[in-house]
Amino acid sequence: MATVRKFKFSATVVAAAALVLAACSSGSSDEASSASVDPNVDITTQKLVISNWAGYYPEDLAAKVKEAIGVDITITNHATNEEVMGKLTASDDSGIDVAFVSGQYAQALASAGKIINFDKAAIPNLANLYPEVADLAYDKGTNYSAPYAWGTTGICYRSDLIDFTPTSWNDLLNPKDSVKGKTTMLATERWLALPAMKALGFSVNTTNADEIAKAKEQLIATKPTLLAYDDTAFYTKLVSGEAVLTEAWDGWCNYGIAENPNIKFVIPNEGSDLWADTMVILSSSKNKEAAHAFINYILQPDVHAWVANNILYKVPNKAATETLDPALATSYPNMGLTPADLLKGEVVVDLGADSRIYTDLATEVTSS
Amino acid sequence: MNKSGGSKSSRQLGWFWSLPGLIFLGVFAAFPVISMLLMSVLTAGRFGGVTTPFTLDNFVRATDQTFLKVILTSILIAAATAILSLLIGFPTALFISRLTRKWQIILIIAIILPYWTNFLVRTYAWLVLLNNEGIINKFLRNIGLISQPIEMLYTPFAVIIGMTYLYLPLMILPIYAALEKVDKNLVEASLDLGSSAWKSLRTVSIPLAMPGILIGLIFVFVPSMGNFVVPELLGGGKTVMIGNLVRDQFLKARDWPFGATFALVLTIILIILISIQSRVSRKVNINA
Repeated sequence: MATVRKFKFSATVVAAAALVLAACSSGSSDEASSASVDPNVDITTQKLVISNWAGYYPEDLAAKVKEAIGVDITITNHATNEEVMGKLTASDDSGIDVAFVSGQYAQALASAGKIINFDKAAIPNLANLYPEVADLAYDKGTNYSAPYAWGTTGICYRSDLIDFTPTSWNDLLNPKDSVKGKTTMLATERWLALPAMKALGFSVNTTNADEIAKAKEQLIATKPTLLAYDDTAFYTKLVSGEAVLTEAWDGWCNYGIAENPNIKFVIPNEGSDLWADTMVILSSSKNKEAAHAFINYILQPDVHAWVANNILYKVPNKAATETLDPALATSYPNMGLTPADLLKGEVVVDLGADSRIYTDLATEVTSS
Repeated sequence: MNKSGGSKSSRQLGWFWSLPGLIFLGVFAAFPVISMLLMSVLTAGRFGGVTTPFTLDNFVRATDQTFLKVILTSILIAAATAILSLLIGFPTALFISRLTRKWQIILIIAIILPYWTNFLVRTYAWLVLLNNEGIINKFLRNIGLISQPIEMLYTPFAVIIGMTYLYLPLMILPIYAALEKVDKNLVEASLDLGSSAWKSLRTVSIPLAMPGILIGLIFVFVPSMGNFVVPELLGGGKTVMIGNLVRDQFLKARDWPFGATFALVLTIILIILISIQSRVSRKVNINA
């Protein structure tokens, strides 16, 4: 009995070690590889698995894609970048062909060799994008990520419930007594840190220990004045009046504005960030031709305009933006921001091994 | 000869029948724990995953004041949840155990039924109840009891309430099972011999239900310790527990070894508690 138990135990140890070592090897590939697309492949024989945020695409997307380019697609949903990154990095082949991730995550995936450089000849609709997207710091030249939506971070507030017009990040960080306990900040670490970084005049990508320490001090001082850290429901708190002033991504603020026009959005005068959500093709995909065709289809002006018309996020697609009803920018002023306005914001880039600085900062602040 | 041959084959058969259980334990208990252990002494890969060299740095880092505080907070909140569950669960279980068979079944079903609802839905219900513009505050304001809302949501208190509600059936059921087996004659005898109802409870029912109480405490404490959704939703992200640390290290910092270290710390704390529970439980059984 003892020998059998010993055997079982050692077999388990060996298997576990093998698993851990397999994870080792998959984490250490090289830079993004280029793939050339074979124009002679019949893409209708290929099938795609797409991972996107829930509610971030038209419900009938699969049917439309099938009709337009003849490819069968399966769409899986993720709730956060972190969730899809977990799936993409846990094994060599996640089974996903095209993933929607934010720019800095595309950068991380490219550095890890998990995604390919596009064969741009196979995505002619890249020409529909604003030329400015080539300047986005996480992927200069739009080599491995096609931007899907972009925007910035600011203050979303109830103009009828506060007696001033917020102009500075300090209105959130060091709030007036009248709004104390009625403010929220974003919980995701890079955005949790952003208001303090900007108010103190630092880069949102700083890894300087002194600057991090000063930001931490400010954020710890801010914590007792907050109602909550909230990434997902801050606009419902504004609608109910539970919160009156919140740190918000502009697209999400629009959901509040849609329910109550007294909700307003402002980019504080110290500046903010520029974020983009992008489409990337996985190196492990065996359907790269269809994947290119899918991205090309999304970048069609009439298709891409869906994002702005239905989920109120700005699209980095010039041709699509020109088709929009001007009334949209009247109801939702942030929809009128130009690429030049947006590019005043600092692009959030991946910090590689230094990412943990921000995770530790967030832990130290939220547990203080 | 026959005898020894028979016992040998029955011993082999015994092995055969326990094989599924052994495989299950190997695959779902030993294997993950060993993976976790190995991962915790490796170095983080650049973009998730783990790589060599082996190191103990993660354990040194885990003793940082910030993290110790999170571990302590988790223990306190999980303990408060377990105790509150006991205070509500024991009287409930006692009440049910003294009803007729038919009513016992009805009430047990009533306790289990909400448990079948998705726990996110049940947690969101507390958001609606507890928030500053929520049902409880509005009610208290309308009847003139308060003028300013009482801040209940986004506090450790809300986290404890939310988790107590989530895990209460795990307290009631084992206590009910223990009380139900208590010989009613013992309770009657103690009352006949002059014990007050309180004294009979204290000297007869509670000691006999002790194994169930201990199991209930463990059943509530263990999932409370690892929960990261309730602190986020009801705690408003202002209360950080060890489950949040594990999740954040794996998914946000992409530091798998450090996440595995916290998972290991959590496992060790729980193993210690369960061994205490089983030892106390054995002692109680012997005394009884």
